[in-house]
Amino acid sequence: MANDLARWQFATTTIYHFFFVPVTIGLAFLVAILQTVWYRTDNPDYKRMTRFFGTLLLINVAIGVVTGLVQEFQFGMNWSTYSRFVGGVFGAPLAMEGILAFFLESTFIGLWIFGWDRLPKRVHLACIWAVSAGTLLSAMFILMANSWMQHPVGYKMNKQGQAVLSNVWALFVNPTFVWGYAHVLLAGLITGCLVMLAVSAWYLRKGEHVESFHRTAKLALIVLIPAIVIQLSVGNQLGVIETKYQPMKIAAAEAQWTNCKPCSFSAFQIGGGSNDQTPTEIIPIPHLLSVLATGTWNGAVTGLNDLQSQYQKKYGPGNYVPNVFIQYWSMRVMAYLASAILLLALWGGWLLHKDRLRNSRLFLLLCVWAVLTPFLMNTAGWLLTESGRQPWVVQGLQKTAVANSPSVSSTEIWISLIVFILSYIVLAWADLGLMLRYSRRGMAQADAEAAEPAAGAAPALTY
Amino acid sequence: MQLHTIWFVIITVLWIGFFVLEGFDFGVGALHMFIGRSETERRVVINTIGPWWDGNEVWLIVAGASMFAAFPQWYATMFSALYLALVLLLVALFGRGVSFEYRGKRESERWRNGWSWALTIGSIVIPLLVGVALGDLLHGLPIDSKHEFTGNFFSLLTGYGLMTGVTLVVLCLLHGATFLGLRTTGEIRDRAHSAARSIGVVAILISIAWVIWTLVVIGGGTVPEPTQIFGVIAVIFAQRLATTDNDAWAFVASGFAIAAAIGQIFISLYPNVMVSSTNHSYNLTVNNAAAGHYGLVVMTVVAALFFPIVLLYQGWSFHVFRRRVSAPPTSSG
Repeated sequence: MANDLARWQFATTTIYHFFFVPVTIGLAFLVAILQTVWYRTDNPDYKRMTRFFGTLLLINVAIGVVTGLVQEFQFGMNWSTYSRFVGGVFGAPLAMEGILAFFLESTFIGLWIFGWDRLPKRVHLACIWAVSAGTLLSAMFILMANSWMQHPVGYKMNKQGQAVLSNVWALFVNPTFVWGYAHVLLAGLITGCLVMLAVSAWYLRKGEHVESFHRTAKLALIVLIPAIVIQLSVGNQLGVIETKYQPMKIAAAEAQWTNCKPCSFSAFQIGGGSNDQTPTEIIPIPHLLSVLATGTWNGAVTGLNDLQSQYQKKYGPGNYVPNVFIQYWSMRVMAYLASAILLLALWGGWLLHKDRLRNSRLFLLLCVWAVLTPFLMNTAGWLLTESGRQPWVVQGLQKTAVANSPSVSSTEIWISLIVFILSYIVLAWADLGLMLRYSRRGMAQADAEAAEPAAGAAPALTY
Repeated sequence: MQLHTIWFVIITVLWIGFFVLEGFDFGVGALHMFIGRSETERRVVINTIGPWWDGNEVWLIVAGASMFAAFPQWYATMFSALYLALVLLLVALFGRGVSFEYRGKRESERWRNGWSWALTIGSIVIPLLVGVALGDLLHGLPIDSKHEFTGNFFSLLTGYGLMTGVTLVVLCLLHGATFLGLRTTGEIRDRAHSAARSIGVVAILISIAWVIWTLVVIGGGTVPEPTQIFGVIAVIFAQRLATTDNDAWAFVASGFAIAAAIGQIFISLYPNVMVSSTNHSYNLTVNNAAAGHYGLVVMTVVAALFFPIVLLYQGWSFHVFRRRVSAPPTSSG
C-alpha cells in the first residue's frame, strides 16, 4: 500500500513538474534568440517581443523551480531504500546538476530580470544565454541519472550490496543517456516552439500586433520544422536502444506477446492486455515494428512471453511484464501527435514560403489548439519510459516494490499526496491565470518595459 | 584529511552559505509587510533581494544533493525521518518561491496581499523547520541498527530542535533587518534600523540560551567552544552597530552570527552526521554513511573545479546590484 502510494506520488509530482520543464528549456532558448536578433539589428520590435515572451518564460520558471524541489527531496523521503542502494552513483549527477546548472540558471536569471537598465547590452544578452545553457545542463544531469536507472553502467557493488560509482565517464556515454538526452532536448525545443506559435497565431487571428507576431510565428516555425523531423528519427533510435537494453519496454509498447520476424505495427488495437494475448489488430502495417525496434527491415522482436520466461530464469520467479495498456497507448499518443505536428509544421512552412501565414485562419486556429499536444506527448513519453521499466526501479538491480522508505507509513504518504495535489491545484490556477493573462494582454506591459527610460529617472521596481 | 571528512566540511560550508545568504532573504521576506507600509515601500523592500534570492536558495538544493551524493545513508535516513516536516517545508517553499514573481503581476490588492502572506509565512516557516531538522541531527532521533527512523512526527519536535529553529528564525530576522539597513534609504532604512535594534536584543538573549542548551545536549561540560563565544559576540556587535551608520559592518556581524550558529551545530556533530537517541552505537557517522571512494574523488574534482566559478559569478551579481534601492519618484506602486 505504502509502495503504491509512493509511486502515485512520484508519478503525480514528476508529471506535473515536467509540464513546466520543457517550456522553460524551449522558451529560454527562443527568447535568447529574440534578444540576439534585437542586439544585432537594433530593431525595437524584437526588444518588445523579447520582453513579452520573457515574461511568459519567467511565470513558467517560477513554478518549474519550486516543483523541482520536490524531486530533489522525495528520493530520500519516499524512496530511502532506493537512495541507500544507489546514492553512491545516482547522487553524483544530482549534485553536479546543482553545482553546474542550478547556480548558473538562477544567478543569471536574476541578473537578466534586473539587469535590463543596469548591464551593458552585450553582457545582458550573455545572461539569457547563460540561463539557456543552465537549462540544458540541468536536463543533461537529470537524464544521466534517469538513464542509469534504465541501463545501469559504470558501477560496482560494494560489500554492503550497494551500487557505487566505478567509472564516471560511462555515465556520459551510456547510449540510453545520449539518445534520451537528445530526445528530451528536442522535446523541450518543440514545446517552446508550439507555445510561441500558439500565442503568435492567436494574435495573428485577432489581427493585433500583426507584424510583431508574424516574426515570432516565423521564428517558431523555422525552429520547429527541423526539430520535429530530427525528433522523429531520434525517438526511433531511442526505441532501438531500448529494444536492446530493455526489450520488455518495447515489446509491451507493441503488445507483442509472441516472437515475430518480420514484425508489423498495429495502428490501433482492441484488447492486448495480459488477459488477452491475441488482440484484434486494426490496420497492421507490415515490417514497421521491425524497423522501429531494430532498425532493420526484417528484424526479429522477442515477444513478452519469451522475455518473461528468460527473466524468470535470470532473476527468479515474478512478473516482469510492464503494464501493456500504458505502454501501447503512450507510444501511440506520442507517435501520432508528433506526426500530426510534423504535418502542421510543414503546412506552416509552406504558408510561410507563400507569404500567406497571416491570412490562413484555419491554420492559425489549429496552431492555437496545438499548444496542448506537447504536454500530452511529453507525459506519454515519460509514462512509456518509466512504466516500461517496471517492475524494476533500477533495471535488473532493484525492484520498485522494495525501494520505498520502510519508516514512512501509508498515512503519511496519504497526507503528503493530498497536500501536494492541493498545492499543485493552487499553483496551476495561479500559473495558468497569469500565463493566459499575459499572453492576451501582455503587449502593453512589454511596450512599457521596452521603452527607453527617460534620462535620469530612477528605474522602475521590477517585482 | 580523509575524503569523507572533506565532504562533511563541504556540506557544512554549503549549509552555512545557505543560511548566511538566504538568511537575509528570509528576514526581508518576513519583515516586508511591517517595514514596508505602503505598496510602493513593500515593493522596494522585496526588490532589495529580487536579483539574488533564487541563487541563494540553490545553496539549500546543493547542500541536499551533496548529502545524497557523498553520504547516501545520511540523506536517506534524514529525509525519510523528517517526512511530514519536509512536506510542510516544501509547501512553504512553493508559496514563497512563486510569490516573488507572481505578486506584482496583477493589480488586485487581494492578490498582492495573498502572495505577501505566502512570502511572510514561508520566510518564517522555512528557517524554523530547517532549524528543527539540524537541531535534531545533533540532539538525536530514534534510529535503529539498520539506520531506519522508528519514531513519528512528534518525535521530531524535540525541545532542542525547536529551540534551534526559533534561534535561527530570530537570527534571520536580525540578518534581514541589517541587510535592509544596508540596502534602502530614508524612512524604510530608519524602520529597518529600529527593527534590528529590538530584534537584536531578543537575538542576544536567545543565542546565549541556545549555546547553553547546545552544551547540555553534547554533554561537553561548561566551557563554550570558540565558535559559540564568537557567535554570541557577533550577535552583540550586530545589535550595537545596527543603531549606527555602519550598515555594512552590522550586516557583516549578523552574517557571522548565523555562520557561527550553523557552524557550531556541525562542529558539535562531527564525526557523527546523525545521532541515534535509541543507542549511540547506531549513530550515522562520516564513515558508515559515506559513498564509495571513487565517487567522492569525482565529486571532489567537480566541486574544486566549478565551485570557485560559482562564487565568482554569484559575487559579481552582488556587485552589479550593490546600489541602494529606493522608490521611483513617480511610482504609484
